[in-house]
Amino acid sequence: MRALAERLPREEFFRSGHPLCPGCPGGTLWRLTGKVLGKNSICTVSASCLALPSHVYPSALTTPSLYLSMSTAPAGITGVSAALKVLKRKGRLKTYEPIHIYAISGDGSAADIGMACLSGAAERNDDGIFICFDNEAYMNTGIQRSSCTPLGSWTTSTLKGKTEKKKDLPEIMVAHHIPYVATASMAFPEDYVKKLEKGRDMGCGFKYIHVHSPCPTGWRFPERKTIEVSRLAVECGLWILYEVIYDQYQITYRPKVRRPVEDYLKTQGRFAHLTREDMEKIQRQVEERWQALE
Amino acid sequence: MDRGMVTGNYAAAHGVKYARAEVIPVYPITPQTSLMEKIIEFINSGELDAEFVPVESEHTAMAVAIAAEAMGARSFTASSAQGLVYMHEMLFVASGMRLPIVMCIVNRSLGAPNSLLGDLQDSLDIRDASWIQLYAENAQEIMDMVIQAYKIAEDKRVLLPVAICYEGIIISHCMEPVTFLDQQKVDQFLSDYCPDHVLLDPERPTHVQAILTDDAYYMEYKYQQQVAMENAKLVIQEVDQNFENIFGRRYGGLLEAFGTEDAEVVLLTLGSISSTARRVVRDLREKGILIGFVKLRFFRPFPREVLQSLLARLKGVAVIERDASIGSGGVIYTELSSALYMNEPKPKIINYIVGLGGREVTYEALKVLAEKTLWMVKTETTVQPIQWIGVRGLS
Repeated sequence: MRALAERLPREEFFRSGHPLCPGCPGGTLWRLTGKVLGKNSICTVSASCLALPSHVYPSALTTPSLYLSMSTAPAGITGVSAALKVLKRKGRLKTYEPIHIYAISGDGSAADIGMACLSGAAERNDDGIFICFDNEAYMNTGIQRSSCTPLGSWTTSTLKGKTEKKKDLPEIMVAHHIPYVATASMAFPEDYVKKLEKGRDMGCGFKYIHVHSPCPTGWRFPERKTIEVSRLAVECGLWILYEVIYDQYQITYRPKVRRPVEDYLKTQGRFAHLTREDMEKIQRQVEERWQALE
Repeated sequence: MDRGMVTGNYAAAHGVKYARAEVIPVYPITPQTSLMEKIIEFINSGELDAEFVPVESEHTAMAVAIAAEAMGARSFTASSAQGLVYMHEMLFVASGMRLPIVMCIVNRSLGAPNSLLGDLQDSLDIRDASWIQLYAENAQEIMDMVIQAYKIAEDKRVLLPVAICYEGIIISHCMEPVTFLDQQKVDQFLSDYCPDHVLLDPERPTHVQAILTDDAYYMEYKYQQQVAMENAKLVIQEVDQNFENIFGRRYGGLLEAFGTEDAEVVLLTLGSISSTARRVVRDLREKGILIGFVKLRFFRPFPREVLQSLLARLKGVAVIERDASIGSGGVIYTELSSALYMNEPKPKIINYIVGLGGREVTYEALKVLAEKTLWMVKTETTVQPIQWIGVRGLS
């Protein structure tokens, strides 16, 4: 952690005083992202929890950002990168430094309403980094299920627990054969920073990073436990940290001993109603997923 | 000056080339597609230095145009019917951010039932999106209006997006003679887009399209758009004059009219029907009949004041339009009635709803409508004010 702090610039690009909920990992995500991508970056944001710090006046960001709509953050990458290309050719750009383009979006906008837009930008391989902040439901509107809500989870629209599996968005992105796909967690900041740096330094093309983002408000756990819950998701094998460079898979963190999923599930009120059978079912899915990935 | 035969869509593509549009995201839809194809040919041949973006939907097309325009690149897109309705959400973002995007709407009837032919229902459906809307009647007007549209949109008193609307197939796919423009003159008329009101610039970071909470300045933003739309009325006239100074032809700005000084009745229409209606009115006037002609060129801003001064003393106005707000009347009729209501005296206004789904509107049909309106005025007969013309099974 100290090594990370020494490596990153001291300059902050994300100010305090933002309207995120206490315990939200979004602040950490944005702070680290700012430090990695720096001053010369442009962000497009979709309607999501993370649109609040960037676009409720006064903004917490010190770099330029564009809020478009619920579904069009990837189109922001497309439009900004297309404009940069033509303005550069015509000599109308003021800066010669590279400008990093990135988008931040929630799981609902990425995997549901904006799926076509995301898929379009990825297929065209437009130049930018897309960061999906996955808190596994529509949290900003009050905890409704999304296609990224996991099996069994309570939300205000799945009162008896979601009966379907979580949509595997990173795998869908891998199927686009883009230069880079990675998963991340704020409990592993060095891992996230390395992955973001890779995406930044690869140059052209569409890069995708999916960040598992525990939500104290929607998942029903105490605010101080965000990092603990994030870490447990990884240690129990429910959230696997990996990266895919041009279709080549690499697991970036392997728990020494994979803990039972129950350790993770019991920390959260949204899973309080699960039976032993439910947990065993989830445990089996974890084993299958690891086998497939290994 | 070079002359040649082009379709309406090709004329629009030439306009886009002359205007040196820089980012062009378009999704294919009939009857717009040949416009998009011609632009791609211009880019391929090096005649136009632009980024074409093959987007996966019209919704994304408008989002990309917005993001590019916010970077300071001149953007263009085009669509029709279902595609236009699909991008509806983003239309409000473009105008709310005061981005001078120009779009061609190649008018096509909205499904269901599906029709590939044109009426004005699709563009009139975006009436409240705070876009300037103009209706062109032929290829030359389309070509000229693309460059005028950028000039109007980018004027600091306006800063609103502009939609150039023309009927699909009837105008988009028919060849007509046009006079091509001289690029040097176009460059003299229209300079590079160098905005300072909205710009994504790391040297001057701004957060574009803020989320307003509580009772923040939403109403003030909207009022400024209203002021900009009012300003556009003057700017449209100035640009028309400016265009004439350089290219030697003018269109009349907000509307074109003749014969209104002595007429008892006028035919008011827009789009392709204007050409036929103009002929009908000229022929009737030659016979000594007191009839006039108004072609509404701009629907937004609605030329309320000009229409009041032109039409108030008349006895009758026939509004002939290819659209219907089901449950009310034609959209132009409703607008015109509201504009003239406070005038005393004011004409009787008859609404003829014609040509939906691209049904042909002939010279003879328009002549019958003109004569019907003249008879109604002369005999002071009360008639049904909203009439659907040419519906099978209706007498």
